[in-house]
Amino acid sequence: MSSFLSVRDLKVHFPTVDGIVKATDGLSFDLERGKTLGIVGESGSGKSVSSSAILGLHRRTSAQVSGEIMLDGVDLLKLSDEDMRRRRGKDVAMIFQDPLSAMHPYYTVGNQIGEAYRVHHDVSKKVARARAIEMLDRVGIPQPDRRVDDYPHQFSGGMRQRAMIAMGLINNPSLLIADEPTTALDVTVQAQILDLLQDLQRDFDAAVIIITHDLGVVAEMTDDVLVMYAGRAVEYGSCKEILTHPEMPYTWGLISSIPDVSGDTSAQLIPIPGNPPSLLNPPSGCAFHPRCTHRDKVPGDLCTTVLPELLPGTRTEGHLKRCHLTNPDVVYEREILPEIAPDLVEER
Amino acid sequence: MSSHDPKTSHEQVPAGMAMPNEDVLSGAENAPDDAASYIAPVSRHAATMGDPNAKAILEVKDLKMYFPVKSSGIIRRTIGHVQAVDGVSFQVPAGGSLGLVGESGCGKSTTGRLITRLYEPTAGTINFDGQDISKTSARGLKPLRREIQMIFQDPYTSLNPRHSVGSIIGAPLEIHNILPKKQILPRVQELLEIVGLNPEHYNRYPHEFSGGQRQRIGIARALTLQPKLLVADEPVSALDVSIQAQVINLLQDLQDEFGIAFLFVAHDLAVVRHFCPEVAVMYLGKIVEIADRETLYNRPNHPYTQALLSAVPDVKQAAIGGRRERIRLEGDVPSPINPPSGCRFRTRCPLAQEICARVEPPLLQIGKRHKVACHFAGELGKHPDKPVTAGLLGVDDSGTPDPGASPSVDVGNEPGFADTWFDLERRTMASA
Repeated sequence: MSSFLSVRDLKVHFPTVDGIVKATDGLSFDLERGKTLGIVGESGSGKSVSSSAILGLHRRTSAQVSGEIMLDGVDLLKLSDEDMRRRRGKDVAMIFQDPLSAMHPYYTVGNQIGEAYRVHHDVSKKVARARAIEMLDRVGIPQPDRRVDDYPHQFSGGMRQRAMIAMGLINNPSLLIADEPTTALDVTVQAQILDLLQDLQRDFDAAVIIITHDLGVVAEMTDDVLVMYAGRAVEYGSCKEILTHPEMPYTWGLISSIPDVSGDTSAQLIPIPGNPPSLLNPPSGCAFHPRCTHRDKVPGDLCTTVLPELLPGTRTEGHLKRCHLTNPDVVYEREILPEIAPDLVEER
Repeated sequence: MSSHDPKTSHEQVPAGMAMPNEDVLSGAENAPDDAASYIAPVSRHAATMGDPNAKAILEVKDLKMYFPVKSSGIIRRTIGHVQAVDGVSFQVPAGGSLGLVGESGCGKSTTGRLITRLYEPTAGTINFDGQDISKTSARGLKPLRREIQMIFQDPYTSLNPRHSVGSIIGAPLEIHNILPKKQILPRVQELLEIVGLNPEHYNRYPHEFSGGQRQRIGIARALTLQPKLLVADEPVSALDVSIQAQVINLLQDLQDEFGIAFLFVAHDLAVVRHFCPEVAVMYLGKIVEIADRETLYNRPNHPYTQALLSAVPDVKQAAIGGRRERIRLEGDVPSPINPPSGCRFRTRCPLAQEICARVEPPLLQIGKRHKVACHFAGELGKHPDKPVTAGLLGVDDSGTPDPGASPSVDVGNEPGFADTWFDLERRTMASA
């Protein structure tokens, strides 16, 4: 029995004058209805490019997309443009990071939400408007019958994001992709939006992919996590497992470079040295090796020459990691955890 | 086993980091030498500790900034004011840091800009190093610019794309006539090295650097004149998480080395907790709570601070299943053109009562280093039923003036902390 959404060996390559940019290079994951997957990584790691591929947003002339994206038994990559257009916004919907630039400033919010409905349903403008009001109410906009005629600039940031969510969910999609849905928002508004997304997911029984660089959002929202680096998955598993027993130095780096709002103040803040690599000319072997501080624990020059496979980790079957280290669990417990969370070590 | 000793907080990341200096020095044209591949040494840090006895280098009192709102049409009359900052008082200790947090539109950035005198305040005093600079003329401000510098949020728009890094960082030296032209370049290279950039890259342009490296350039520019106070306005919020930590640690290094005081403006409560031993929370132009780090994060007394803290996702806690209950704040921040009467937070406050609409709560000192502006101040779940401030303000519990009451304590808006404070539990004055 295959999953509701099953992505296999997805590659998105952009040919440029300087060479091929391998923005996504062999990505595989599964997602069930009602579950949430978090895709985490730095800018340029390929998170957004991969999700745009699921929506079929890459122009065939500028991007080479290969692999398999099975949604409910249908391979989205094999569909014609016309068939894909019919599904986009209906079966698969997306919420963008910046709601101000994702909305048209000349049309009212209600008009734009209604349009999303009318594209897929043969109804009058009046019906679409009523449906838009209903959705605005559902996402918690006060006085929806009045606000429906407002323009995007009359909405606050949080309300705009709610309106985007209303637009995304108006056709009752079975897969919702949220690309950095709360990055542009204040924490209190972020909390409201995350709560709303969780409520709606329960009601609509949708599969949700949340793309984010914020591990806090991942921790609160997701069932599974996929950590991406330089176009590839470097760690994949259940959210709890990955956040409590990460086995890949890049994930360690992400966890150690965020300060906490609670816990021991003697915890160290340890950044990842250097910058994310260029995808035009990625490092040989493991793409993370130039920034990795645990390279000396791997014998020989494995890290610089051989790309590690995505293999099961040391603890559970479903936890995959891409690293040559043989005892990452021990390294994490002994070297990383005592520095970043001295108070948690005692609890364990 | 581990080569890391947790006690050495200044440890540089050990060997194994390629330093592409050699390529540059050997002048190999075809060597991979783009600025973005330079890996700067990084340091690691625990949270900064503050010295409570340090003298204040900056003292701000009753600072106000009202921006006029003009009507449309030919005759543009002033029809109102945006009360961006409305009576803010605080101190920044020499060589220490104060964090200023709050949601967008709360006036934290405006406060930062007032202190660097990018705006002239409507009212109030800004006492820097013994001199009131709130009314200083443009000419008089020039020497001040050496002392107070700013780091901006967006490293993409705050560097002139047509100037090389060398001229961006060297410009302050030229403007202030500090060094003869010949000595500027060596100083620029020294600064580049301090902020972890390759000193040979002085003739490159901002677009050749990544976001984190551009922010380092902005920091180098701010350091050029060896300021005593740096106003950092969201210095890391535009950067990727791993790069954020690099820049925060760099700022900590610089503070230790040069004794620079920071006013750290940010919306990220976790970053502020790490960087600032003392934190002020702003809401709609006012400080609602100010305290040392331990108090503010572990025992916040203002319902807004409590809600703000509960809204921050906590990775390490969530991972071990310790999920905290979020306090839901309904709605948005009201307009600062026409703020709510009394307490400005009352429209979204779960505790609000009659008195909150009638009387504005004073910023009352309730602990050694803890002030809070709430009629019902108390730890989460222990808020009192009756307003604690009624007696002090000479009103009854619903906020109407009570002729029988005698205001017992002077609740002014003084910056800094007094030796005595109002004890919430005993409802009397207390001291250490």
